[in-house]
Amino acid sequence: MIERQYDVVIVGSGAGGGTVAEELGGLARDGKKVLVLEKGPRFADSEFDGRELSMAPSLYAEEGGFLTAEGTMTLAFGSAYGGSTVVYTGTSMQPPERVIRGWGVPGLDFSDLESRARKYAEENGVHLLPPDLLNENNRLFVEGCEKAGYKAEQFPINVRGCKGSSLCNLGCPNAAKQGTHRVQLPAAERAGVEVVTRAEALRIEERAILVRVQEKKPGSKGLPSEWAPGEYRIKAGAIVLAGSAIGTPALLLRSNLPGLSKRVGEGFTCHPAHILAAEHARPITNDVGHPKSFFLDRSVEEGFLLETCMYFPFTTAKNLAGFGAPHSKLMHAFPRLQMILVLACDKAVPGNRVAVDRTGKPVVHYRFTPEVVASLIRATRASARIFFAAGAQRVHAPSADPPLLERDEAPAIDERIHGRHFKEGKISVSAAHLMGGCGMGSGPSDSVTDSYGRVHGIPWLRVADASLFPDSLEINPYLTIMALAGRAAGKLLEDKAWQ
Amino acid sequence: MARFFPQNGLPCLMPSSPFDSVRQVFRSVAATVVPEAVRLDEQGWTELEQIIAQALESRPAGLRRQLALFVRALDLLPVFRYGRTFQGLDAARRNAFLLGIQDAPLLLLRRGFWGLRTLIFMGYYGREEGRAETGYRADPRGWEAPR
Repeated sequence: MIERQYDVVIVGSGAGGGTVAEELGGLARDGKKVLVLEKGPRFADSEFDGRELSMAPSLYAEEGGFLTAEGTMTLAFGSAYGGSTVVYTGTSMQPPERVIRGWGVPGLDFSDLESRARKYAEENGVHLLPPDLLNENNRLFVEGCEKAGYKAEQFPINVRGCKGSSLCNLGCPNAAKQGTHRVQLPAAERAGVEVVTRAEALRIEERAILVRVQEKKPGSKGLPSEWAPGEYRIKAGAIVLAGSAIGTPALLLRSNLPGLSKRVGEGFTCHPAHILAAEHARPITNDVGHPKSFFLDRSVEEGFLLETCMYFPFTTAKNLAGFGAPHSKLMHAFPRLQMILVLACDKAVPGNRVAVDRTGKPVVHYRFTPEVVASLIRATRASARIFFAAGAQRVHAPSADPPLLERDEAPAIDERIHGRHFKEGKISVSAAHLMGGCGMGSGPSDSVTDSYGRVHGIPWLRVADASLFPDSLEINPYLTIMALAGRAAGKLLEDKAWQ
Repeated sequence: MARFFPQNGLPCLMPSSPFDSVRQVFRSVAATVVPEAVRLDEQGWTELEQIIAQALESRPAGLRRQLALFVRALDLLPVFRYGRTFQGLDAARRNAFLLGIQDAPLLLLRRGFWGLRTLIFMGYYGREEGRAETGYRADPRGWEAPR
């Protein structure tokens, strides 16, 4: 076992870890040793080829096929230098005041969070795409919403020089998306922060962390690790966990640190989602242009969000219900497809949690509550109305049986799309906004950390990622994660106890 | 093991398919899930199976065994309803049988079929030809690509 010593070790390099790394750049400039450990590899720009079967397995944890313990939902999260900020669409929403205040976390000041989020939005070039760069898949959503009586809103996104490849979820092939891999991590490295990729955190001990650095497999994408393969024991003054809502609770559970709250792993939420598709009579621009430019927020009224989206052939095929001739017919209509992603705003409920198996591997337990199913049904019905209002000839709804609704069935949407058809294991449900597991709160009986991500009872240990959310955020989470990570880093710099 | 050239163009050793022992049943199921698969020649099937094999390479051996077992069960279960194995059924009955499995009261069966159809879609639409058939044309050059 190789021994190393650092002042601060950050686990994870996504929205949380990347932000903390940048904020601690000053420490590195002052001669302190700051290290970021990232489980995934670092990619050369030339490796982003936009091909589904070469990029998805390289960029996503478990090659994009992480299943819940019940086997009824797939969870998508990045595993790369930059974490999930490499594979999201760049949607950058301000923290929602209603939700943050509703969390009721003592000491969590909304205005502080908001101002931090604005700082990162500016840093990452967040803006609205000009109308001439919007494709028809997005414009039809806006048009359909208007005709169906809804008001679509435009997503602020963090791109610079977007060429409209539509391949955001496979890592931008044009280096346009401003994730932490483009902004915060390079800034941190310029300041002297060290980043080691292919480095998996195995266990935390008292002011130390055990790490395994993996060798690059022959033929695989990504650069070799900066360190030689092997096992390391790294002593640290402070450790900041930012390994995602799955990775962070799992690491804590594996470590079994004395005094740790029993709440670790509890409170997992994720915005369960369906991909819906509708067929138009004519080809539309859908696989060119930014894929996710608009959304419809019905979180308060009906417990769901709708977002424009456009996926790749295998992902689309997997998410459409059924098989055989009807499925194939829709797949072969790809140039005429409009797509909407429906997301249910789920709540943290007992039983939905992150655990570890006997080998220490993360296991996510998630059951769909009746409220979540009802939200998905309402969202699917609203989407069907929007599709038909936009002129679609037929709509594919997974919670209809058969799943294809013809245009003349539009008046029967409520009957055709129904909760009785929501059968777990039959319908594809996926989620990419993974939240909770180390929730903030007032003390160890109700939470894992305080509002600054300080782990209750362990002053040298911090959390700075989406696992801090005590409940669902109800929107796309990246800017809120960055804001919370910024707060955690700021408090770490203020505190002297760990130094 | 033979040498295999996946889509990233880098040569690697060909992983063995979990369906080697049930190849004909697997292909019958795959051609019911994606009817166009009946047109695949031996090279096309090999490519489809290799995509799946590669995706499963890092998964536990137990999972690969379960998948093969599930495919074998799909072949035998129709005997109870139709008096014939899956391979002995005509296309319409194969379709009806799999619809029943997809909708089975037992979650284990539904999950098993969902997993299998996912792998079949991956194998079929993961091929250059399968993707091209759909008309999907995304290009890293985006708006600048000739369309």
